[in-house]
Amino acid sequence: MIWDLANPTRFMGYSGRALPWLGGLAALTLGIGLVMAWGAPPDYQQGETIRIMFLHVPAAWLSLFFYSTMAVSALGTLVWRHPLADVSQKAAAPIGAAFTFICLVTGSLWGKPMWGTYWVWDARLTSVLVLFLMYCGVMALWRTIDEPARAARAVSILTLVGAVNVPIVKFSVDWWSTLHQPASVFRVDGPTIHPSMLYPLLVMALAFTLIGITLHLAGMRTEILRRRVRTLTILEAERLDAQAA
Amino acid sequence: MSAFLAILSRDLALANRIGGSGWLGLVFFLLIVTLVPFALGPDLNLLSRIGPAILWIAAVLATLIGLDRLFQADEEDGSLDLLRSAPAPLEVLVLAKVVAHWLTTGLPLALASPLFGLLVALSPEGMAAMVATLIVGTPALTFVGAVGAALTATLRRGGLILAILVLPLMVPTLIFGVSAANAATGGTVPFATPFLILAALSLVAAVVGTLGAAAALRFGE
Repeated sequence: MIWDLANPTRFMGYSGRALPWLGGLAALTLGIGLVMAWGAPPDYQQGETIRIMFLHVPAAWLSLFFYSTMAVSALGTLVWRHPLADVSQKAAAPIGAAFTFICLVTGSLWGKPMWGTYWVWDARLTSVLVLFLMYCGVMALWRTIDEPARAARAVSILTLVGAVNVPIVKFSVDWWSTLHQPASVFRVDGPTIHPSMLYPLLVMALAFTLIGITLHLAGMRTEILRRRVRTLTILEAERLDAQAA
Repeated sequence: MSAFLAILSRDLALANRIGGSGWLGLVFFLLIVTLVPFALGPDLNLLSRIGPAILWIAAVLATLIGLDRLFQADEEDGSLDLLRSAPAPLEVLVLAKVVAHWLTTGLPLALASPLFGLLVALSPEGMAAMVATLIVGTPALTFVGAVGAALTATLRRGGLILAILVLPLMVPTLIFGVSAANAATGGTVPFATPFLILAALSLVAAVVGTLGAAAALRFGE
Protein backbone atom coordinates (compact mmCIF):
# COMPACT_ATOMS: atom_id res chain seq x y z
CA MET A 1 0.00 0.00 0.00
CA ILE A 2 2.75 2.45 1.06
CA TRP A 3 4.80 1.60 -2.01
CA ASP A 4 1.72 1.71 -4.19
CA LEU A 5 1.43 5.37 -3.25
CA ALA A 6 5.07 6.09 -4.10
CA ASN A 7 3.94 7.23 -7.52
CA PRO A 8 2.91 10.87 -7.01
CA THR A 9 0.29 10.75 -9.78
CA ARG A 10 -1.39 7.76 -8.18
CA PHE A 11 -1.19 9.46 -4.79
CA MET A 12 -2.82 12.58 -6.22
CA GLY A 13 -5.62 10.39 -7.62
CA TYR A 14 -6.32 8.54 -4.37
CA SER A 15 -5.94 11.54 -2.09
CA GLY A 16 -8.09 13.73 -4.33
CA ARG A 17 -10.94 11.27 -3.95
CA ALA A 18 -10.40 10.72 -0.22
CA LEU A 19 -10.02 14.37 0.73
CA PRO A 20 -13.71 15.54 0.56
CA TRP A 21 -14.84 12.51 2.57
CA LEU A 22 -12.16 13.00 5.18
CA GLY A 23 -12.94 16.71 5.42
CA GLY A 24 -16.67 16.00 5.78
CA LEU A 25 -16.04 13.36 8.43
CA ALA A 26 -13.74 15.74 10.32
CA ALA A 27 -16.34 18.53 10.24
CA LEU A 28 -19.06 16.12 11.41
CA THR A 29 -16.98 14.77 14.30
CA LEU A 30 -15.96 18.27 15.29
CA GLY A 31 -19.64 19.31 15.33
CA ILE A 32 -20.62 16.36 17.53
CA GLY A 33 -17.60 16.91 19.77
CA LEU A 34 -18.38 20.60 20.25
CA VAL A 35 -22.01 19.86 21.15
CA MET A 36 -20.89 17.19 23.63
CA ALA A 37 -18.32 19.56 25.10
CA TRP A 38 -21.03 22.18 25.44
CA GLY A 39 -23.28 19.70 27.25
CA ALA A 40 -20.59 18.43 29.61
CA PRO A 41 -21.12 19.47 33.24
CA PRO A 42 -18.91 22.27 34.59
CA ASP A 43 -16.17 21.15 36.92
CA TYR A 44 -16.85 21.56 40.65
CA GLN A 45 -13.57 23.41 41.14
CA GLN A 46 -12.70 24.91 37.79
CA GLY A 47 -16.23 25.84 36.67
CA GLU A 48 -16.83 26.63 33.02
CA THR A 49 -13.13 27.07 32.22
CA ILE A 50 -12.91 23.27 32.07
CA ARG A 51 -14.28 23.54 28.51
CA ILE A 52 -10.98 24.98 27.36
CA MET A 53 -9.59 21.52 28.07
CA PHE A 54 -11.61 20.05 25.18
CA LEU A 55 -9.49 22.10 22.77
CA HIS A 56 -6.28 22.17 24.79
CA VAL A 57 -5.70 18.45 25.36
CA PRO A 58 -6.38 17.26 21.76
CA ALA A 59 -4.09 20.02 20.48
CA ALA A 60 -1.34 18.84 22.83
CA TRP A 61 -1.77 15.25 21.63
CA LEU A 62 -1.57 16.34 18.01
CA SER A 63 1.51 18.47 18.60
CA LEU A 64 3.34 15.25 19.51
CA PHE A 65 1.51 13.23 16.85
CA PHE A 66 2.84 15.47 14.10
CA TYR A 67 6.36 15.44 15.46
CA SER A 68 6.22 11.63 15.34
CA THR A 69 4.84 11.85 11.79
CA MET A 70 7.82 14.01 10.87
CA ALA A 71 10.26 11.61 12.52
CA VAL A 72 8.78 8.55 10.75
CA SER A 73 8.79 10.44 7.44
CA ALA A 74 12.40 11.45 8.11
CA LEU A 75 13.28 7.77 8.41
CA GLY A 76 11.34 7.22 5.21
CA THR A 77 13.44 9.85 3.48
CA LEU A 78 16.83 8.68 4.73
CA VAL A 79 16.38 4.92 4.95
CA TRP A 80 13.75 3.85 2.44
CA ARG A 81 14.08 6.82 0.06
CA HIS A 82 10.31 6.94 -0.25
CA PRO A 83 9.52 9.73 -2.72
CA LEU A 84 6.53 10.98 -0.74
CA ALA A 85 8.24 10.89 2.66
CA ASP A 86 9.85 14.30 2.33
CA VAL A 87 6.59 15.74 1.00
CA SER A 88 4.83 14.36 4.07
CA GLN A 89 7.58 15.74 6.30
CA LYS A 90 7.35 19.21 4.86
CA ALA A 91 3.55 19.31 5.05
CA ALA A 92 3.53 18.07 8.65
CA ALA A 93 5.78 20.81 10.09
CA PRO A 94 3.48 23.87 9.90
CA ILE A 95 0.42 21.85 10.96
CA GLY A 96 2.24 20.50 13.99
CA ALA A 97 3.50 23.97 14.84
CA ALA A 98 -0.04 25.32 14.57
CA PHE A 99 -1.42 22.68 16.95
CA THR A 100 1.43 23.35 19.37
CA PHE A 101 0.60 27.04 19.19
CA ILE A 102 -3.11 26.34 19.86
CA CYS A 103 -2.06 24.23 22.82
CA LEU A 104 0.05 27.08 24.21
CA VAL A 105 -2.63 29.76 23.65
CA THR A 106 -5.52 27.75 25.11
CA GLY A 107 -3.29 26.74 28.00
CA SER A 108 -2.43 30.29 28.88
CA LEU A 109 -6.09 31.40 28.53
CA TRP A 110 -6.96 28.69 31.03
CA GLY A 111 -4.04 29.64 33.24
CA LYS A 112 -5.24 33.22 33.72
CA PRO A 113 -8.40 32.40 35.76
CA MET A 114 -6.92 29.25 37.34
CA TRP A 115 -3.37 30.17 38.24
CA GLY A 116 -3.85 33.95 38.11
CA THR A 117 -1.34 34.48 35.32
CA TYR A 118 -1.11 33.83 31.60
CA TRP A 119 2.25 32.16 31.81
CA VAL A 120 4.08 30.27 34.49
CA TRP A 121 7.45 28.63 34.00
CA ASP A 122 6.07 25.23 34.71
CA ALA A 123 7.58 22.02 33.34
CA ARG A 124 4.87 21.01 30.89
CA LEU A 125 4.31 24.51 29.52
CA THR A 126 8.01 24.95 29.05
CA SER A 127 8.56 21.65 27.28
CA VAL A 128 5.68 22.45 24.90
CA LEU A 129 7.30 25.84 24.29
CA VAL A 130 10.61 24.12 23.48
CA LEU A 131 8.73 21.76 21.14
CA PHE A 132 7.25 24.82 19.40
CA LEU A 133 10.75 26.29 19.01
CA MET A 134 11.93 23.02 17.49
CA TYR A 135 9.07 23.15 14.97
CA CYS A 136 10.17 26.71 14.14
CA GLY A 137 13.73 25.47 13.56
CA VAL A 138 12.51 22.72 11.21
CA MET A 139 10.39 25.17 9.22
CA ALA A 140 13.26 27.66 9.09
CA LEU A 141 15.60 25.01 7.67
CA TRP A 142 13.02 24.06 5.03
CA ARG A 143 12.88 27.67 3.92
CA THR A 144 16.65 28.19 3.84
CA ILE A 145 17.65 25.41 1.41
CA ASP A 146 15.90 25.91 -1.90
CA GLU A 147 16.50 22.56 -3.57
CA PRO A 148 13.76 20.21 -2.21
CA ALA A 149 15.75 16.96 -2.17
CA ARG A 150 18.72 18.46 -0.31
CA ALA A 151 16.47 20.34 2.09
CA ALA A 152 14.63 17.09 2.82
CA ARG A 153 17.82 15.24 3.77
CA ALA A 154 19.03 18.08 6.00
CA VAL A 155 15.66 18.43 7.73
CA SER A 156 15.45 14.65 8.21
CA ILE A 157 18.69 14.64 10.18
CA LEU A 158 17.55 17.62 12.25
CA THR A 159 14.19 15.99 12.93
CA LEU A 160 15.76 12.70 14.01
CA VAL A 161 18.32 14.41 16.28
CA GLY A 162 15.40 16.42 17.67
CA ALA A 163 13.36 13.24 18.19
CA VAL A 164 16.19 11.78 20.28
CA ASN A 165 16.21 15.00 22.28
CA VAL A 166 12.46 15.36 22.89
CA PRO A 167 12.39 12.82 25.76
CA ILE A 168 15.59 14.30 27.22
CA VAL A 169 14.15 17.81 27.11
CA LYS A 170 10.93 16.53 28.67
CA PHE A 171 12.80 14.77 31.47
CA SER A 172 15.11 17.68 32.22
CA VAL A 173 12.32 20.23 32.24
CA ASP A 174 10.37 17.98 34.63
CA TRP A 175 13.38 17.95 36.90
CA TRP A 176 13.61 21.72 36.64
CA SER A 177 10.13 22.62 37.85
CA THR A 178 6.68 21.17 38.06
CA LEU A 179 3.27 22.68 38.76
CA HIS A 180 1.05 21.30 35.98
CA GLN A 181 -1.20 18.39 36.90
CA PRO A 182 0.15 14.96 35.93
CA ALA A 183 -1.41 13.01 33.06
CA SER A 184 -4.96 12.01 33.90
CA VAL A 185 -6.25 10.06 30.88
CA PHE A 186 -3.57 7.49 30.02
CA ARG A 187 -2.71 5.83 33.32
CA VAL A 188 -2.15 2.28 34.44
CA ASP A 189 -5.01 2.39 36.96
CA GLY A 190 -7.51 3.78 34.44
CA PRO A 191 -8.46 7.38 33.73
CA THR A 192 -9.08 9.64 36.73
CA ILE A 193 -11.38 11.85 34.72
CA HIS A 194 -15.16 11.41 34.97
CA PRO A 195 -16.87 9.74 31.94
CA SER A 196 -19.12 12.80 31.42
CA MET A 197 -15.96 14.70 30.52
CA LEU A 198 -13.94 11.80 29.12
CA TYR A 199 -16.30 11.02 26.21
CA PRO A 200 -16.48 14.57 24.81
CA LEU A 201 -12.70 14.73 25.19
CA LEU A 202 -12.19 11.52 23.22
CA VAL A 203 -14.59 12.67 20.48
CA MET A 204 -12.76 15.99 20.29
CA ALA A 205 -9.44 14.16 20.09
CA LEU A 206 -10.78 12.08 17.20
CA ALA A 207 -12.08 15.24 15.50
CA PHE A 208 -8.74 17.02 15.88
CA THR A 209 -6.91 13.98 14.52
CA LEU A 210 -9.22 13.88 11.48
CA ILE A 211 -8.73 17.62 10.93
CA GLY A 212 -4.99 17.13 11.23
CA ILE A 213 -4.93 14.26 8.71
CA THR A 214 -7.14 16.22 6.29
CA LEU A 215 -4.85 19.25 6.49
CA HIS A 216 -1.82 17.01 6.13
CA LEU A 217 -3.18 15.39 2.96
CA ALA A 218 -4.14 18.77 1.52
CA GLY A 219 -0.70 20.12 2.40
CA MET A 220 0.99 17.17 0.70
CA ARG A 221 -1.07 17.70 -2.46
CA THR A 222 -0.17 21.39 -2.49
CA GLU A 223 3.50 20.53 -2.04
CA ILE A 224 3.45 18.04 -4.95
CA LEU A 225 1.78 20.63 -7.18
CA ARG A 226 4.30 23.25 -6.04
CA ARG A 227 7.17 20.95 -7.00
CA ARG A 228 5.60 20.30 -10.41
CA VAL A 229 5.33 24.06 -10.99
CA ARG A 230 8.97 24.39 -9.94
CA THR A 231 10.10 21.69 -12.36
CA LEU A 232 8.02 23.17 -15.18
CA THR A 233 9.44 26.62 -14.53
CA ILE A 234 12.99 25.29 -14.64
CA LEU A 235 12.29 23.38 -17.88
CA GLU A 236 10.68 26.47 -19.40
CA ALA A 237 13.66 28.60 -18.42
CA GLU A 238 16.03 26.04 -19.95
CA ARG A 239 13.98 25.98 -23.15
CA LEU A 240 14.06 29.77 -23.42
CA ASP A 241 17.76 29.69 -22.65
CA ALA A 242 18.36 27.19 -25.46
CA GLN A 243 16.28 29.29 -27.87
CA ALA A 244 18.25 32.41 -27.06
CA ALA A 245 21.55 30.63 -27.60
CA MET B 1 43.82 7.00 14.67
CA SER B 2 46.57 8.77 12.72
CA ALA B 3 43.89 10.50 10.63
CA PHE B 4 42.21 11.61 13.86
CA LEU B 5 45.47 13.09 15.19
CA ALA B 6 46.27 14.73 11.86
CA ILE B 7 42.94 16.54 11.69
CA LEU B 8 43.15 17.42 15.38
CA SER B 9 46.60 19.02 15.08
CA ARG B 10 45.62 20.75 11.81
CA ASP B 11 42.54 22.35 13.38
CA LEU B 12 44.44 23.33 16.53
CA ALA B 13 47.12 24.98 14.39
CA LEU B 14 44.48 26.79 12.34
CA ALA B 15 42.75 28.05 15.48
CA ASN B 16 46.03 29.39 16.86
CA ARG B 17 46.88 31.38 13.75
CA ILE B 18 45.16 34.29 12.10
CA GLY B 19 41.41 33.94 11.85
CA GLY B 20 41.07 31.58 14.80
CA SER B 21 38.09 32.38 16.99
CA GLY B 22 39.10 30.83 20.32
CA TRP B 23 40.05 34.10 21.95
CA LEU B 24 37.07 35.88 20.48
CA GLY B 25 34.82 33.47 22.33
CA LEU B 26 36.50 34.35 25.61
CA VAL B 27 36.13 38.08 25.00
CA PHE B 28 32.49 37.57 24.10
CA PHE B 29 32.02 35.56 27.32
CA LEU B 30 33.54 38.43 29.32
CA LEU B 31 31.30 40.93 27.52
CA ILE B 32 28.10 39.12 28.44
CA VAL B 33 29.20 38.75 32.06
CA THR B 34 29.90 42.50 32.06
CA LEU B 35 26.58 43.43 30.49
CA VAL B 36 24.38 41.57 32.97
CA PRO B 37 25.21 43.78 36.00
CA PHE B 38 24.46 46.87 33.89
CA ALA B 39 20.96 45.49 33.34
CA LEU B 40 20.39 44.12 36.86
CA GLY B 41 22.20 46.72 38.96
CA PRO B 42 25.41 46.28 40.97
CA ASP B 43 23.86 44.38 43.88
CA LEU B 44 26.53 41.79 44.77
CA ASN B 45 24.16 39.58 46.79
CA LEU B 46 21.82 39.22 43.86
CA LEU B 47 24.72 38.70 41.44
CA SER B 48 26.33 35.96 43.52
CA ARG B 49 22.96 34.19 43.76
CA ILE B 50 22.39 34.18 40.00
CA GLY B 51 26.10 34.06 39.11
CA PRO B 52 26.15 30.42 37.92
CA ALA B 53 23.14 31.16 35.71
CA ILE B 54 24.86 34.18 34.16
CA LEU B 55 28.05 32.25 33.50
CA TRP B 56 26.16 29.33 31.95
CA ILE B 57 24.08 31.58 29.67
CA ALA B 58 27.29 33.31 28.64
CA ALA B 59 28.93 29.94 27.96
CA VAL B 60 25.99 28.81 25.78
CA LEU B 61 26.09 32.03 23.75
CA ALA B 62 29.89 32.00 23.48
CA THR B 63 29.77 28.41 22.19
CA LEU B 64 27.58 29.58 19.33
CA ILE B 65 30.23 32.09 18.28
CA GLY B 66 32.55 30.44 15.85
CA LEU B 67 30.39 27.34 15.55
CA ASP B 68 29.15 28.42 12.12
CA ARG B 69 32.74 28.32 10.83
CA LEU B 70 33.33 24.77 12.10
CA PHE B 71 32.65 23.15 8.71
CA GLN B 72 31.94 26.21 6.56
CA ALA B 73 35.59 27.21 6.14
CA ASP B 74 36.43 23.67 4.99
CA GLU B 75 33.44 23.68 2.67
CA GLU B 76 34.62 26.93 1.06
CA ASP B 77 38.25 25.96 0.42
CA GLY B 78 37.33 22.45 -0.69
CA SER B 79 39.04 20.49 2.07
CA LEU B 80 35.66 19.11 3.12
CA ASP B 81 35.47 17.26 -0.20
CA LEU B 82 38.86 15.71 0.57
CA LEU B 83 37.64 14.69 4.02
CA ARG B 84 34.53 13.12 2.49
CA SER B 85 36.55 11.04 0.05
CA ALA B 86 39.24 10.11 2.61
CA PRO B 87 39.63 6.39 3.43
CA ALA B 88 39.10 7.06 7.16
CA PRO B 89 35.44 7.07 8.26
CA LEU B 90 33.93 10.54 8.14
CA GLU B 91 32.68 10.10 11.72
CA VAL B 92 36.26 9.91 13.02
CA LEU B 93 37.27 13.06 11.13
CA VAL B 94 34.19 14.91 12.38
CA LEU B 95 35.00 13.79 15.91
CA ALA B 96 38.54 15.16 15.53
CA LYS B 97 37.25 18.49 14.24
CA VAL B 98 34.72 18.84 17.04
CA VAL B 99 37.23 17.89 19.72
CA ALA B 100 39.67 20.46 18.33
CA HIS B 101 36.89 23.05 18.33
CA TRP B 102 36.04 22.26 21.94
CA LEU B 103 39.71 22.46 22.98
CA THR B 104 39.91 25.97 21.51
CA THR B 105 36.52 27.30 22.69
CA GLY B 106 34.88 25.23 25.45
CA LEU B 107 37.97 24.39 27.49
CA PRO B 108 39.39 27.96 27.69
CA LEU B 109 35.92 29.12 28.73
CA ALA B 110 35.80 26.60 31.57
CA LEU B 111 39.32 27.39 32.73
CA ALA B 112 38.70 31.14 32.67
CA SER B 113 35.39 30.92 34.50
CA PRO B 114 36.84 31.45 38.04
CA LEU B 115 38.19 34.78 36.84
CA PHE B 116 34.77 35.78 35.55
CA GLY B 117 33.23 34.30 38.69
CA LEU B 118 35.04 37.03 40.66
CA LEU B 119 33.02 39.63 38.78
CA VAL B 120 29.76 38.13 40.00
CA ALA B 121 31.08 37.46 43.54
CA LEU B 122 31.01 33.66 43.45
CA SER B 123 32.26 31.83 46.53
CA PRO B 124 35.38 29.62 46.13
CA GLU B 125 33.28 26.43 46.20
CA GLY B 126 31.03 28.04 43.62
CA MET B 127 34.01 28.73 41.38
CA ALA B 128 35.28 25.17 41.64
CA ALA B 129 31.81 23.91 40.80
CA MET B 130 31.63 26.31 37.83
CA VAL B 131 34.89 24.97 36.39
CA ALA B 132 33.79 21.37 36.93
CA THR B 133 30.34 21.82 35.40
CA LEU B 134 31.66 23.79 32.44
CA ILE B 135 34.38 21.24 31.68
CA VAL B 136 31.86 18.41 31.83
CA GLY B 137 28.97 20.29 30.22
CA THR B 138 30.44 22.34 27.35
CA PRO B 139 31.26 19.22 25.25
CA ALA B 140 27.50 18.59 25.07
CA LEU B 141 27.00 22.13 23.74
CA THR B 142 29.75 21.75 21.15
CA PHE B 143 28.58 18.34 19.93
CA VAL B 144 24.94 19.40 19.65
CA GLY B 145 26.12 22.55 17.89
CA ALA B 146 28.22 20.49 15.47
CA VAL B 147 25.05 18.92 14.00
CA GLY B 148 23.70 22.40 13.32
CA ALA B 149 27.05 23.52 11.92
CA ALA B 150 27.12 20.54 9.54
CA LEU B 151 23.55 21.18 8.40
CA THR B 152 24.25 24.83 7.67
CA ALA B 153 27.78 24.39 6.26
CA THR B 154 26.73 25.16 2.70
CA LEU B 155 24.38 28.03 3.54
CA ARG B 156 25.57 31.54 3.03
CA ARG B 157 23.78 33.03 6.03
CA GLY B 158 24.14 30.06 8.32
CA GLY B 159 24.84 31.87 11.60
CA LEU B 160 21.30 32.89 12.55
CA ILE B 161 19.62 29.68 11.47
CA LEU B 162 22.30 27.69 13.30
CA ALA B 163 21.34 29.40 16.55
CA ILE B 164 17.64 28.72 15.96
CA LEU B 165 18.31 25.05 15.23
CA VAL B 166 20.58 24.20 18.13
CA LEU B 167 19.51 26.44 21.04
CA PRO B 168 16.36 24.41 21.86
CA LEU B 169 18.53 21.27 21.98
CA MET B 170 20.86 22.93 24.48
CA VAL B 171 18.09 23.38 27.06
CA PRO B 172 18.81 20.13 29.00
CA THR B 173 22.53 20.93 29.29
CA LEU B 174 21.74 24.42 30.56
CA ILE B 175 19.25 23.11 33.14
CA PHE B 176 21.60 20.50 34.60
CA GLY B 177 24.69 22.70 34.34
CA VAL B 178 23.08 25.48 36.35
CA SER B 179 21.46 23.16 38.87
CA ALA B 180 24.75 21.34 39.48
CA ALA B 181 26.58 24.65 39.95
CA ASN B 182 23.85 25.83 42.33
CA ALA B 183 23.81 22.55 44.23
CA ALA B 184 27.49 22.99 45.09
CA THR B 185 26.81 26.19 47.02
CA GLY B 186 23.78 24.97 48.93
CA GLY B 187 20.28 23.74 48.26
CA THR B 188 18.47 20.49 48.78
CA VAL B 189 19.94 18.44 45.93
CA PRO B 190 23.37 16.78 46.34
CA PHE B 191 25.95 18.00 43.82
CA ALA B 192 26.54 14.55 42.32
CA THR B 193 22.99 13.99 41.00
CA PRO B 194 22.75 16.80 38.44
CA PHE B 195 26.49 16.58 37.80
CA LEU B 196 26.31 12.92 36.74
CA ILE B 197 23.30 13.64 34.53
CA LEU B 198 25.30 16.47 32.96
CA ALA B 199 28.13 14.03 32.23
CA ALA B 200 25.60 11.60 30.74
CA LEU B 201 24.22 14.37 28.51
CA SER B 202 27.73 15.07 27.23
CA LEU B 203 28.33 11.40 26.44
CA VAL B 204 25.00 11.04 24.63
CA ALA B 205 25.65 14.27 22.74
CA ALA B 206 29.09 13.00 21.71
CA VAL B 207 27.53 9.95 20.05
CA VAL B 208 24.45 11.60 18.54
CA GLY B 209 26.37 14.73 17.56
CA THR B 210 29.19 12.91 15.79
CA LEU B 211 26.88 10.56 13.87
CA GLY B 212 24.42 13.34 13.06
CA ALA B 213 27.06 15.78 11.87
CA ALA B 214 28.78 13.14 9.72
CA ALA B 215 25.45 12.12 8.19
CA ALA B 216 24.59 15.77 7.50
CA LEU B 217 27.94 16.35 5.77
CA ARG B 218 27.58 13.18 3.70
CA PHE B 219 24.04 14.02 2.56
CA GLY B 220 24.85 17.68 2.08
CA GLU B 221 26.92 17.19 -1.08
